[in-house]
Amino acid sequence: MTTIAETAARRRHAGRTRLSAKHREWIAGYLFVLPDALGLFVFLGVPMALSLVLSVFEVNGFGGYSFVGAKNYLRMWNDPLFWKGARVTALYAVMLVPLLYVCGLGLALLVQRTDRFNAVMRSMFFAPHMVSLVVVALVWQFMVVDKIGVISKLTAALDIGGFSFLGDPNFALITIVLVSVWFLMGFYMLIFLGGLQDIPRQYYEAAMIDGAGPIARFRFITLPLLKPTSFFVIMVSMVAAVAGAQAFDIIYVMTKGGPANATSVLIVYIYQQAFGFGAFGYAAAMASILVVALMIVTAVFFALTRGGRFHHEQ
Amino acid sequence: MSSKRPQPYFSRSQVTLVRGLWMLVTAVLAFMTLFPLLWMVSIGFKPAAESFSSNLIPQSPTLDNFVYVLTGVPFLRYMANSFLVSATVTIVALFFHTMAGYALARLRFPGREVMFLSIFSTFLVSLPVIIVPLFVIVKAMGMLNSYAGLIIPAIFNAFGIFLLRQYYLSLPKEIEEAARIDGAGYWRIYWSVILPLSRPIMSALAILFFLANWNPFLWPLTITSDPNLWVVQLGIANFKSQYSASWNYMMAASTIVAIPTLILFVIFQRQIMDSLKTSGLK
Repeated sequence: MTTIAETAARRRHAGRTRLSAKHREWIAGYLFVLPDALGLFVFLGVPMALSLVLSVFEVNGFGGYSFVGAKNYLRMWNDPLFWKGARVTALYAVMLVPLLYVCGLGLALLVQRTDRFNAVMRSMFFAPHMVSLVVVALVWQFMVVDKIGVISKLTAALDIGGFSFLGDPNFALITIVLVSVWFLMGFYMLIFLGGLQDIPRQYYEAAMIDGAGPIARFRFITLPLLKPTSFFVIMVSMVAAVAGAQAFDIIYVMTKGGPANATSVLIVYIYQQAFGFGAFGYAAAMASILVVALMIVTAVFFALTRGGRFHHEQ
Repeated sequence: MSSKRPQPYFSRSQVTLVRGLWMLVTAVLAFMTLFPLLWMVSIGFKPAAESFSSNLIPQSPTLDNFVYVLTGVPFLRYMANSFLVSATVTIVALFFHTMAGYALARLRFPGREVMFLSIFSTFLVSLPVIIVPLFVIVKAMGMLNSYAGLIIPAIFNAFGIFLLRQYYLSLPKEIEEAARIDGAGYWRIYWSVILPLSRPIMSALAILFFLANWNPFLWPLTITSDPNLWVVQLGIANFKSQYSASWNYMMAASTIVAIPTLILFVIFQRQIMDSLKTSGLK
């Protein structure tokens, strides 16, 4: 027979081991996350915050910083090239996002059937994505060189030529967008293929029995059920376009922002200000605006997808 | 399966015809997509005088461009730098990310959700946006013009943690519980249960990380001025400024740099495409 004291002691003991097991799990959890958390903090979190701090400073000739308050923001407000950069960025995004959507989805529908032929085709469409952007930019630049590049010759032969792909301010940005689409479409094709795969086959079979043609099936089954994927694609491509993730390398190699700033997306202008003219504070002020914009977009994105889990809506 | 599918509109021969046309269109588009890469390889094999001719097959193919790129400039050094950076980043990143992914998916501790949210919030912040302050930090840490500067900041990204966490969320709980009953601690469970179970996703991520770090241009351009530390992308870009007309050298160098990634892709395309297609979206 156990005494009350013994029972109490056992309970206390059980309580203590449960508690310490819990604490052990806590500590293990923190230690496991620590390296990445620390790294992300130092190399992503701190820079994002530091952007704001730097934006109210100016770098003087000897690399020292002096506080200048809102001067950089005022300069930004009055800088026509900043606004030009903002316009070019918006234009780039407005052209890139729908084109990528159509090309990505189009290719996915084209190679949707799972057989060996389509597997080979998928790889071919994806192959550009395996090459670095510097190589991509150089190869395309070489192909559209005025008069002697292979594509320049082709367009001239088809009598739609005569213009310069990269030298004409009206065409340079479009050329950059098309090269970006070429590089990215295979990636988005894959995302769409994943989405298409999740649509139950029975829906299509039922619709066919009811006499729905391919267009009706696409309109009433594929598009609505692809909504989460579409949402993901549009958000990610829009953020990438605004942040210049791919645009920077392509533009830096192909045009350096020219001609007449026609391809000077904000990120290229920021880079030139910082590393061309040493205007770190001014560049940081412009980048801060971008960071804030991207944070808002990401927060909305996160809220709308319920923590990044892209389930189909029930 | 396809024979059982109802075909209310077309006869069998019509279906074959439509499918044939479909395949033809696909093949033509695929060829057009690959054309720039084929063109790049083609120019690499053409002598300088021929580089602007419009024939895809070189009339007098030569290896001179490749020989020059590999021997005339320190291109092998650039390749070794790229390889060192890519391999180190891949290994260290996989180690840290599996640890973090495991904890965020399987361990319970206060603040876990907040941590995951914070990590996720950096998901879409790309390098160009933070490059100015990042440069200032890396400079303050004395890592300009060093391998550390090329490697360490590249290790940390939310994408890998996110994918691994999603993967670990889908593993059955019983596996860990069996190990725990046997008296294994958390490290032991991670090392001998979770890591071996992660082999498929780790191989896919390893390829993705390696490729991603073989290809960057902006960051190395910004922090390395010492040519001994140049990675291949800088080497190629420098070809352009040095020999503005020598497209044949540039295309040969581009081919050399693209080939390892394309070979990796051909060997591992299934894993690469599956991991991209499914893991990120579920």
